[in-house]
Amino acid sequence: MPEPRHVRPSSGDTLLLVGTMKGAFVFRSADRGAKWEMGGPYFPGSAVYAMAYDARGGRRRLWAGAQSMHWGGLLHTSDDFGRTWTNPEEANVKFPDAAGVALQQIWQLVPGPESEPGTLYCGVEPAALFVSRDAGESWALDESLWNHPQRSRWEPGGGGLCLHTILVDPDDPRRIRIAVSTGGMYVTEDGMMSWRPSNRGVRAEFLPEKFPEFGQCVHKVVQSRSRPERMYLQNHWGLYRSDDRGESWSDIANGVPSDFGFPMAVHPRNADCAWIVPLESDQFRCTPEGKLRVYRTRDAGASWEALSAGLPQEDAFETVLRDAMSADALDPAGLYFGTRSGKLFASASEGDNWLLVADGLPPVVSVRAALVGDEARG
Amino acid sequence: MALRFLIPGPLQQFSGERREILIEGAPASLSDALAVLWQECPAIRDRVVTETGEVRPHVNIFVDGESARYTGGLDTPLGEESEIAIFPALSGG
Repeated sequence: MPEPRHVRPSSGDTLLLVGTMKGAFVFRSADRGAKWEMGGPYFPGSAVYAMAYDARGGRRRLWAGAQSMHWGGLLHTSDDFGRTWTNPEEANVKFPDAAGVALQQIWQLVPGPESEPGTLYCGVEPAALFVSRDAGESWALDESLWNHPQRSRWEPGGGGLCLHTILVDPDDPRRIRIAVSTGGMYVTEDGMMSWRPSNRGVRAEFLPEKFPEFGQCVHKVVQSRSRPERMYLQNHWGLYRSDDRGESWSDIANGVPSDFGFPMAVHPRNADCAWIVPLESDQFRCTPEGKLRVYRTRDAGASWEALSAGLPQEDAFETVLRDAMSADALDPAGLYFGTRSGKLFASASEGDNWLLVADGLPPVVSVRAALVGDEARG
Repeated sequence: MALRFLIPGPLQQFSGERREILIEGAPASLSDALAVLWQECPAIRDRVVTETGEVRPHVNIFVDGESARYTGGLDTPLGEESEIAIFPALSGG
């Protein structure tokens, strides 16, 4: 097994948590410029679809969901930026006996609100939501969603039947939206006591009924933190915006080469600004015309502009997966994404210019940007 | 008289770095023997079987040289000195 390298971040550094099909990596930069240090590989050989940084309550904790093809999946944490990781004796996310199923993959890790520093959410395959109220010491299946009468009619997409998106509303942590491929989006407004579908206006091209109540293949949903009623949704065919917290959706595929794609990111302060990476068709699933381009809107989807400075524009048949793009909270915002061919790109200029941070990584499946706060000092 | 478990390299961090573990007593089946192993090395359990109790799809268990998948699965009968070998299956890419 490879001997991992380690990074030693300082306060103010930007971190990129990069999950790949064969392990996790941690990148750090003091200025988001040309120099990035790499830590890893961690969990070599395991697929890491989900990573998170938890800075609540004075922590500086990395989370990783690592799935070994042989030995199953676990959540691991590191409080020293990857130098050491927990390795729980017992699998910490697992279905209860009554569910009658086994965990296939950990797809999403989301720390709860600042006001609830012990709360974390975990989305998994088969599609289910797990919750921890004790900072990850123990996890419990959300029975309300699991027992939803529509769940038996959800169908697996190409990546499996996964719960891949968890959005805790900044205004009310009892209001949570999740997305399932393929089940569509669901919302709870009573702290997970009950769930209802929330897909009005989202098309299901692959079903006879084009606008069903549920069953859409939602690829990614993002929610503005500055204006939480504003959300964007990248569908399996379809690009949408909501101005009512996801209650209804309108098509905003205006001037993009394809409305198919996986990842999305929304600007940390400007709710009219979002980024996508369109892919050609749902068969080829590579960047159109062999050009790797990020598309940005600054008018809430009325128009989109191609961003290509620093990105390969010839024979670049790349794929960027649903969790492989992330924005930071700095000003100007930084944007980062990884490709299935193992390239990692960064932009410190909201996408205007890009640089290659790493090449030759295993296939990248998740990227999370984080700012190291004062708690890391020393 | 003892059964012998052979622990693969990746799991020896959970067996006190032991490659072999001897189990006293006379478990009648593979399932019974594994239950004893889980008591001796609890962290190995969730790495070898899922929460539904099935052997993980990319893990093979051999009893006296035969894959337990073809000898009755977890009900495979054991002899008094059976050797039980846990292997990661050939898989990956």
